[in-house]
Amino acid sequence: MKSSPVLAAEPVRQAGRPRRPSIGARSRLTPYLYLLPAFVVYAAFMIYPLIRAGQLSLYEWDGLSLATFVGLRNYQEVFTDPDLRDSFAHALVLIFFYSVLPVLVGLLISSVLHRARIRGLGFFRTVVFLPQVIAMVVVAIAWRQIYAPDGTLNSVLEAIGLDQLARPWLGDFVLALPAVGLIGTWVQTGLVTVLLLAGMSRIPGELYEAARIDGAGPVREFFAVTLPAVRGEIVVALTLTIIAALKTFDLIYVTTGGGPGNTTSVPSYEVFRRAFELGQVGSASAIAITLTIMIFAINLVVNRIGERDNR
Amino acid sequence: MNLRSERLMNYAVLVLFAAMALGPVLIILGNALGPQSADSGPGLLGLHPGNFVDAWQQGNFASYMTTSVIVAAIVVTVSTVFSTLAGYAFGTMTFRGSQVLFYVFLLGIMVPTEAIVVPLFFDLRDLGLTNTLWAIALPQIAQSVAFGTFWMRATFRSSSRALIEAATLDGAGSARTLFSVLLPVARPAVVTLVVLSFMWTWNEFLIPLVMSPNADLRTAPLALAFFQGQHVQETALLAAGAVLVALPVVILYLFLQRHFIRGMLEGSVRE
Repeated sequence: MKSSPVLAAEPVRQAGRPRRPSIGARSRLTPYLYLLPAFVVYAAFMIYPLIRAGQLSLYEWDGLSLATFVGLRNYQEVFTDPDLRDSFAHALVLIFFYSVLPVLVGLLISSVLHRARIRGLGFFRTVVFLPQVIAMVVVAIAWRQIYAPDGTLNSVLEAIGLDQLARPWLGDFVLALPAVGLIGTWVQTGLVTVLLLAGMSRIPGELYEAARIDGAGPVREFFAVTLPAVRGEIVVALTLTIIAALKTFDLIYVTTGGGPGNTTSVPSYEVFRRAFELGQVGSASAIAITLTIMIFAINLVVNRIGERDNR
Repeated sequence: MNLRSERLMNYAVLVLFAAMALGPVLIILGNALGPQSADSGPGLLGLHPGNFVDAWQQGNFASYMTTSVIVAAIVVTVSTVFSTLAGYAFGTMTFRGSQVLFYVFLLGIMVPTEAIVVPLFFDLRDLGLTNTLWAIALPQIAQSVAFGTFWMRATFRSSSRALIEAATLDGAGSARTLFSVLLPVARPAVVTLVVLSFMWTWNEFLIPLVMSPNADLRTAPLALAFFQGQHVQETALLAAGAVLVALPVVILYLFLQRHFIRGMLEGSVRE
């Protein structure tokens, strides 16, 4: 799972500034020579496949025989095929669990800890960030064992006398999706909290003093000082986690395989299933391109918000 | 609310959320050390560290971990070198098209793996390159180069102009300026990049899954997923295997956590 840096507004510094001395460049070709190796690999294994995906998305192809051109029909299907529409709806549910919930919880934790300035914060940071570095397959297996019919969660419920709540969580048509979503909440909350804590540590102390002189309590202080100051961090946190939600593949592949029924299938998983299991390469490519456009759009919107904030 | 009870509540929040983050980790560690079956014997103080040996052997992890190490070594080395060179050009030199080219590289950071893996598989299959290390490593090099170029550019941009000018006045060529003047100063940033790309490569799942259809070249996470398919009911063995796969990155994280946190946070907010 790669984190996507947000393309925060980059000031165009070049313009109107004296040309920086080009280092020791004896030839005008020098910069291009430095770029060449990176660009060759990048062009062959990133740009070219992306263009090919766009091309494949206009065809109906099983991966073996001749492809037939179908125009935009695969895209039409993204909006009309009920299974696909469901998978995008599931992605929206995951966004709630991956982004909204971690940001709310993260705001609560970080504002409490920020006010407190207590010891042990370094250790806390290490611990809550840990889920970010564990391979998603491992995370998925850990949570499968927690959610299993004879797993940790059911044992705990039985031990405290709530037997009737025990169930095979990942096999439940209604609860499987939120169960998977909560795994995402577990993974992302640490990242969001650490991000917000870093943002809050940059708030000048005078702002709080001024608020206190005005007689603000902790709650008003939060809404008047803390929240506006970390708007930028919230935007970044939302982008990173929304993109992570849209790219959920490993987790679904290992925990539920999209089931029961198709109640936990998501676009990423549909791309894999259609391209490599059902022989619908064109449809898979159309979903992948749609996903890519959604991710670009989210980044663009964030970019805009970021720019407005800087003014 | 008086000061003492507020303090107490703060610690309660701290402990509660640390416990929630650690809980699943401790559960899987507990399962990994639990008895494999009812007649597993008392074990060592009630723990069964032998599970790790059993999982290692039954899951054939020795060979899959080796594959993972080779893939990670290739991806990390090549992408770090390439990104450093590219980041150097973008960060310190003026040239035609630098803006546009840089945005092209940035694009790659956002492109989801799902979008490139489908055409890559079919094209590499036609070239007879699936089931090779190249098919697994090269796409990941491209992904890491996108982030790495962005990261190293930012690093070199913030490096001291005086240093560069002094080197130029001394008659150092662009290569010497990079290797003997700028890189030593940029070492922490390079370490961060190495650590991050190692983690991404080690944990990557979709690319090795797709690129090795005959499963000759399984990386560790992939081997774990297949191991699960065969041992669904064997909680202890499976947990032990999972711990083994997570361990290299987790150990690295415990030693270099500042690099992990800095890279993942600053990589997203800088500039």
